[in-house]
Amino acid sequence: MTDAAIELQDLQIAYTVRGIDRRVLRGVSFSIGQGESYGLVGESGCGKTTAAFAIMRYLPRNAKIQSGSIRLNGEDMLAMSGAKVRRLQATTLSMVYQNPASALNPSIRVGPQLAEVFGLLGVAKEEAAHRSEAMLHKVQISDPQQVMRRYPHQLSGGMQQRVVIAMALAKNPTLLILDEPTTGLDATVEAEVLDLIAALRQEFGTSVLFISHNLAVIAKMCERVGVLYAGRLVEEGVAQEVFRDPRHPYTVGLLRSIPRGGVRKDETALDTIPGFLPRLGANLPGCVFEPRCGLAKEICREQEPELYPVGNGRVSRCHFHDRAQELPRAAPTRLPAAQTANGRPLLEVANGSKTFKQDGQDVRALVDISLTVRPGEVLGLVGESGSGKTTLARVLLGLTAPDEGSRLALDGEELAGKVEKRSQEQVRSLQIVFQNPDGALNRRHSVRRIVGRALEKLLGLGGRERDERTAQLAESVRFDQTLLGAKPAQLSGGLKQRVAIARAFAGDPRIVLCDEPTSALDVSVQAAILNLLVELQTQKGVSYVFISHDLGVVRYISDRIAVMYLGRLQEVGDAETVFGGPHHPYTEALLSAVPTLEGEDRTRIRLEGEIPSAANPPSGCVFHTRCPRFLGEICVQEEPPLAEVEPGHLMRCHIPVDELRRLQGEARAVAQSKTTT
Amino acid sequence: MTTIDDQAAPIAIPIRPDETKAERNERLRLLARSPTFLLGSILVGVWIVCAILGNLIAPHDPVAPDILSKFEGPSGAHLFGTDKLGQDVLSRVIVGARSILVVAPLATILGTVLGTTIGLVTGYYRGFVDEATMRVVDAVLAIPLIITALLAVTAVGPSRKTLVLVIGFVFTPIIAKTVRAAVLGEAQLEYVQAARLRNERGPYVMFVEILPNVTGPIIVEFTVRLGYAIFTVATLAFLGFAADPTIPDWGQDISTHYQSINAGYWWPVLFPSLAIATLIVGINLIADAIAQLFER
Repeated sequence: MTDAAIELQDLQIAYTVRGIDRRVLRGVSFSIGQGESYGLVGESGCGKTTAAFAIMRYLPRNAKIQSGSIRLNGEDMLAMSGAKVRRLQATTLSMVYQNPASALNPSIRVGPQLAEVFGLLGVAKEEAAHRSEAMLHKVQISDPQQVMRRYPHQLSGGMQQRVVIAMALAKNPTLLILDEPTTGLDATVEAEVLDLIAALRQEFGTSVLFISHNLAVIAKMCERVGVLYAGRLVEEGVAQEVFRDPRHPYTVGLLRSIPRGGVRKDETALDTIPGFLPRLGANLPGCVFEPRCGLAKEICREQEPELYPVGNGRVSRCHFHDRAQELPRAAPTRLPAAQTANGRPLLEVANGSKTFKQDGQDVRALVDISLTVRPGEVLGLVGESGSGKTTLARVLLGLTAPDEGSRLALDGEELAGKVEKRSQEQVRSLQIVFQNPDGALNRRHSVRRIVGRALEKLLGLGGRERDERTAQLAESVRFDQTLLGAKPAQLSGGLKQRVAIARAFAGDPRIVLCDEPTSALDVSVQAAILNLLVELQTQKGVSYVFISHDLGVVRYISDRIAVMYLGRLQEVGDAETVFGGPHHPYTEALLSAVPTLEGEDRTRIRLEGEIPSAANPPSGCVFHTRCPRFLGEICVQEEPPLAEVEPGHLMRCHIPVDELRRLQGEARAVAQSKTTT
Repeated sequence: MTTIDDQAAPIAIPIRPDETKAERNERLRLLARSPTFLLGSILVGVWIVCAILGNLIAPHDPVAPDILSKFEGPSGAHLFGTDKLGQDVLSRVIVGARSILVVAPLATILGTVLGTTIGLVTGYYRGFVDEATMRVVDAVLAIPLIITALLAVTAVGPSRKTLVLVIGFVFTPIIAKTVRAAVLGEAQLEYVQAARLRNERGPYVMFVEILPNVTGPIIVEFTVRLGYAIFTVATLAFLGFAADPTIPDWGQDISTHYQSINAGYWWPVLFPSLAIATLIVGINLIADAIAQLFER
């Protein structure tokens, strides 16, 4: 195959850890055609990034290429001299990383930094500056002159990633590697960046290797996809087909763990993949997925399956590829339904505001929030970063004191602004599960101590009683008792999050705030944690305030949704009402930004520009600067009230709800007619 | 009630208890294998042995004057020669290790304990106390260390106790600053907020939750300060503030004899100087090795 831009042949790579070679890639072969976009998916630790680094020849020093070949335009890269590799890195290979902030040199202005790439190609200085400007135009930066004079930290995350992409494309590379390029970005910004990448790929005809753990992003961006598991390519084929009709149990499991298509917790439990990824370099004589596969038979243990062709150029590394979709569920189909008790609100916020002082300026992080949480319900909190979700959570917990005039009440009783001033009963009623379990658990304390201490302080338990309750809690979050003596660093991400959940539930709380509890986890682990949260809620009758940027997850778990923008509530209502429509224009834009696996082309609304600064919010309706359904002068002049437009559905918009319903219905019809034709 | 026992229960081995222990052991092994650390330990080890055994291994009585054989050059009988009172320089160097190796570590421990406490309190509580304390710290740091120490010793009069106290106090602000910086980073982490959410008291959060996570920088700072403490003790002795003028002391011996160098009697100065230098170099080598280990 000479028409391939890049071709990996049976690549085996090992890392030498403490003198022992641990294999990370176990013979990976794939090729990317000229101008083709190839996706690589799999959970963390599967070897995606190692494969990318191998192509870039950026492998760390303790990595060893044991066998196999990498051919770039037919030329063997592994046989090249160091000088030649460096020239390739400068001229024909490009890579974009997850975190644009660390990919840019913070001490060099954008202009010179971009021009450096042209300099390496031997372009004269003045010409380089011109081309840089043109390049920034291409990545849709509206004012390149001005951006070029700025330092990277003066740009938003989305802008930084555009600059990185501009730098990557400046040399018109043969192959562009994108390693989770949008993972750190908001959904609205992600949508823009993905559109941009798609457009530029058309224009430049570059071959792309797109690495992501987000299957929907891959489905949207790639023609073909390879599924990587434990350093082995287990399935490969046309992206849409692989996701519609997976032929490997691992792909099946991954797809089943994602909450999508609007499924809800009371309809079906998410499926999970039992067990854990094998350790680096583990000896796996049979199928790599066998230990976790519900279909595994004797043959799977003994004999590594070959890559079976399954039609249309697709392959699957499974002895039972024709029955992959019969994979038995690892989780039960249904979860016991939670009882949402109506009646008296459990937690109330009235006129909740929080103003931070920053450089003598008032930054209003929360503005006049009025919300209730009912017993036993899940309130989903969504909005872009900077919308005030986490500040609201901190105010509820008493970690940040709200402004004067804000009122918080639990069970009708006033809640002090600071946790130190709340009663013991109130303190244990409100607990939190943090986003990042690494920071949330003290790395010097054992699990037993972390959970036990919470029991001591919140319930006053000691001695035997405390140890018994610790064991019970561990069991209720499905945490193996034998691991109670372990320190957090010894646990996987999912197990750490289980410990954090056990701690939150130690004092029999009434409300648990979940601040992005699954966003640091892989999808199959996320599914298990979501199932656990739903189950605990049913058993203990707690309420959740669930913060997430993943709308699929929020829709799955929430009974009601509150949408925030610039510290203000924009829409509140039952989950199905908010997601089903008519929506607030902001909600509409958020929903349309999320790529879906189904590839359905919904009404495409792209939010232009960036979230305005909270220090200097727009006049009138704060959303008017980006609103896709901007009316006119009234939106600039007057802030609409948060009005009840339907029973239980509040919205802050000047457009009457019936008008919104009509407009959004029309847009949907247009989109549907487009997909059918 | 439905149970979900077959759900992704931890069946495999996600945890390797042996692994963290192995990691710690590996740290020690790495340290033991580091040539910097080895050389430092040998240098410091020699002086620790001298400090402990003292008179037992000294070939002569270090304080026995012998007027007849003063300023004798290094020879078989007196390897490092004799000083202006005819005392054996080698014996004085060996025995002199004790006073410095008692005062300097004690002072450093004192400074570390005080500095760590101040650093924890200011870094955790922030606010006015932090502002005020840090301004004081900056002011203290602006004055050269040796002058502060000198003034204090002059005021109280030299003794082992005052030396320990003075050097300890002088080091406190520096260590407080290092610890505070580390605490600021830790206090941002959610486990500290989780502690507040179960009504933990401040001291518990500081000493039980945060302190174990900042031991790395504290250990590094301690070793670095120890080197400075030895230098300070020796300098003060040289300037006439030895803890006890009647017992052999390196700094004091240099100070008594440095004017004799002109007359060609270099040995009573050179050997105590070398002693100070090797001890400080040894400690700094150890400090480097440890710092490198924690940076990894």
